[in-house]
Amino acid sequence: MKSLFNSLRASSSFKGMHWLVTGFPYVWLLLFFVVPFLIVLKISFAEAAIAMPPFTDILSYAEQKLTINLNFGNYAYLFEDALYVDAYLGSLKFAAVSTLLCLLLGYPIAYTIARLQPAVRNVLLMLVVLPSWTSLLIRVYAWVGILKDNGFINNFLMWLGVIDQPLQIMYTPVSVYIGIVYAYLPFMVLPLYSNLVKHDVRLLEAASDLGAKPWMTFLTVTLPLSRAGIIAGAMLVFIPAVGEFVIPELLGGPSVLMIGKILWQEFFNNRDWPVASAVAMVMLAILTVPIVLFHHYQARDLEGRR
Amino acid sequence: MKKFWTSLIAVAAALSGTIGSAHAEEEKVLNVYNWSDYIAEDTLQKFTKETGIKVVYDVFDSNDTLEAKLLAGNTGYDVVVPSLNFLGRQIQAGVFMPLDKSKLPNSKNLDPQLMARIATNDPDNAHAVPYLKGTTGIGFNVKKVKEILGPNVPLDSWDLILKPENIAKLSKCGVSMLDAPAEVIPTVLNYLGEKPNGFDPALIQGKAQELLMKLRPSVRYFHSSQYINDLANGDICVALGWAGDVLQAKRRAEEAKNGVEIAYIIPKEGAGIFFDMLAIPKDAKHPQNALKFLNFLMRPDVIADISNFVSYANAVPASKPLLDKKILNNPGVYPSPEVQAHLFTFAVVPPKIDRIYTRVWTTVKTGK
Repeated sequence: MKSLFNSLRASSSFKGMHWLVTGFPYVWLLLFFVVPFLIVLKISFAEAAIAMPPFTDILSYAEQKLTINLNFGNYAYLFEDALYVDAYLGSLKFAAVSTLLCLLLGYPIAYTIARLQPAVRNVLLMLVVLPSWTSLLIRVYAWVGILKDNGFINNFLMWLGVIDQPLQIMYTPVSVYIGIVYAYLPFMVLPLYSNLVKHDVRLLEAASDLGAKPWMTFLTVTLPLSRAGIIAGAMLVFIPAVGEFVIPELLGGPSVLMIGKILWQEFFNNRDWPVASAVAMVMLAILTVPIVLFHHYQARDLEGRR
Repeated sequence: MKKFWTSLIAVAAALSGTIGSAHAEEEKVLNVYNWSDYIAEDTLQKFTKETGIKVVYDVFDSNDTLEAKLLAGNTGYDVVVPSLNFLGRQIQAGVFMPLDKSKLPNSKNLDPQLMARIATNDPDNAHAVPYLKGTTGIGFNVKKVKEILGPNVPLDSWDLILKPENIAKLSKCGVSMLDAPAEVIPTVLNYLGEKPNGFDPALIQGKAQELLMKLRPSVRYFHSSQYINDLANGDICVALGWAGDVLQAKRRAEEAKNGVEIAYIIPKEGAGIFFDMLAIPKDAKHPQNALKFLNFLMRPDVIADISNFVSYANAVPASKPLLDKKILNNPGVYPSPEVQAHLFTFAVVPPKIDRIYTRVWTTVKTGK
């Protein structure tokens, strides 16, 4: 081992090692993103079959001829049936509204924390992160106990006498919003905080010296400066929320239509892996739009700083 | 840290050991994947005591989930329990290994008539042996149903749950349906006077879907296991469900002495009958242990205990003397010959129709 190191050091002056270190992320991406992506892409062009695994091979080789059978039917099918378009739109709506709610709720939280004493900040940040140490499944299940007809909220309100019939919160879109906002709020707060904490307080003083009211200062100084944090937080909430499965499944009831549930159905009820893969590919294409926008803004921000 | 390395080495050694000795002697473990609430309390303990084989037991409540896992392969399970109509398709996909009959001497106990019926889906009974069978009918809370629909309501017809006026009234006290399109859709077709296994897309997407859409606003939930407890606790009052599950709910209510009286009926219009089969996946790691387990489950005393506990009929006639009178004489478990004549089997659903079933089901559940 030692001699190997020595010879490495002697021969190439770490050039090899250098490539090893910078190359590692690429190998990682290749193995855990590109390869799985290609597999799913491949399956999305196959046909469902009664077999193990349950789809046909798109490549066949016979009589010295390589034949590629691409079945575009799976993609066509997604647009023939309004169910899929509805589910995509439903997912986008749920994700967009949840992102907005997270932002409205998370911004004041992040702002307050960023303006406190460093010691207090750390404690509060800890409290933001702490719930994620429990499994998401358990936390979402806890909401069932809080929201259901004879759950905590309804029992409390009935005890107060505010209502005499339980409010139907469980199994409605409202419970799904509550679940998603609750689960993803830390992903909004943390990037906002790390942005807001870096702001120079002297800018606020300067604004007020020049006669700006606090809300004016916020709108013209703080808010534009925190745009990168807002975008980062919004992406971190929006992208996983689109594909969310656990929360709508546990809290949503049958009328909440999201693409995660459709994916499950294609795999487990129809056993149609090709259509399921096509659903996933289209979802990826839809998500590429906000990701590209994000990169665009990030790049522009970096340019601006230079 | 040293501890970590020694344990890692131990694991590695254990792994290489199992690979090396796979042919010689199987480790004394068996992974079973069965329906929820579908075995007696002490069956597994007894098996372990007799054979020294430790059973790792896992449960599901939907044939769809089981099939998705089986088709993906490498489930890690040694014994699985698909229903016959799903098993037929899984055999075509090559999921199961043929059973070594010489290791299953107790298969002589099985009802030959039933075996002949099963052979239509599993030629020569090569891949599976029957475990339990039951019907898909109606379970209900006698008091609440009479309270709502009047004391003279006929309690022997699908009208109770499949007639929109009735179910709308019953929705007050809670109605549930199985989340199993492959059983509910044929049941609805049969009620409408059509062939339950006709697989006619026009009828499925027409008449059957229309009726289900009228029923859906009154259905509190579609679920295949939750209704047992909810019926027993009085949280729901009618369920389209499986015979044994409803009878388990009945017993739980009796044990809890909560005043809930549950009944199960096979409606006069006829109902579906299902057979749940024991089979061994091709890639099972412990096939010899699995065969021992299958053989164990075909012993009259063992299967009698299970039937007594879960209230499902079994395929071993010699177990009948060992059954509780309550089970043996319950027409919901062992229907009379006249009722049996009205039962229909759930047939293997062709893939094209399967998709239509699921699509109709999605429409019914989501309203879209």
